[in-house]
Amino acid sequence: MNGHSHVHKCDHLISTISDYVDGSLSPQLCAELEKHLCECENCTVVVDTLRKTISLVQTCAEDDCLPGEVRARLFHTLNLDDFLKNDAGV
Amino acid sequence: MAEPEKQPISIEALKRGDRSEFARMVDSYSLPIYRLAMRMLSNPQEAEDVLQETFLKALRALPKFEGRSSLSTWLYRIAVNEALMVIRKRKPELSLSRPAEDGEEEDNGEEMQIVDWGHMPESELLSLEARRTIDQAVDKLPETLRVVFLLRDVEGLSIDETADSLGISQAAVKTRLLRARLRLRDELSNYYRERMKET
Repeated sequence: MNGHSHVHKCDHLISTISDYVDGSLSPQLCAELEKHLCECENCTVVVDTLRKTISLVQTCAEDDCLPGEVRARLFHTLNLDDFLKNDAGV
Repeated sequence: MAEPEKQPISIEALKRGDRSEFARMVDSYSLPIYRLAMRMLSNPQEAEDVLQETFLKALRALPKFEGRSSLSTWLYRIAVNEALMVIRKRKPELSLSRPAEDGEEEDNGEEMQIVDWGHMPESELLSLEARRTIDQAVDKLPETLRVVFLLRDVEGLSIDETADSLGISQAAVKTRLLRARLRLRDELSNYYRERMKET
């Protein structure tokens, strides 16, 4: 990020990258950000690694599971023991 | 969260006390709610208490459920409130509606980490040690940022649904989401920079 005005541009646009990775940025700001990304390697790294960060957390969360004994106690608490034999289905 | 069942849960059946439909709802939403509680509280017993209390409260409140929000948003709202009650017992000063929470202030002066680790092999990005680091990075977020990140990016709620679940504005959700994501990115950048030096 070279030069004061360039750094200012980076600071200004960094506030928009969350909406950008979600695809919800306004067309005008999106065009402005993408033009800047073509010129700024550092901001491109920030956007790429931000996307990757979200993706990695999501991948880790996919491995979470509901322990069978937790499900069994939940069904018992809710007086649903007669439905417990069914598979979780999730 | 997208409806996890192919056959949508029938609100009408739930409201007239159909136990089979209620069991189907519990099976559909128990994993996401347990996961949310676990990641908010980092304590299996407390997460299980939140899970049970969420469905007990839902069962009692179903006759009055008006369907103004989706079933999933409604359940998340109950679960988040239950989890926040547990957190408030630990930190009585916590409030979701305050504009600037402890640790949530502007990240002025913090230099962004510029490390291009995104192209590392998946085997390194998701090693056992890396997974622990990722989980710890989420745990380290202030509660007000963490709950927004979990609802939006882990459970997949929209900005609107996240705001509805938490009783805060969409603007507050967006601000907190940006801060949470940037903090996580910086934490992971610090970690992967060290891993890149080793290779």
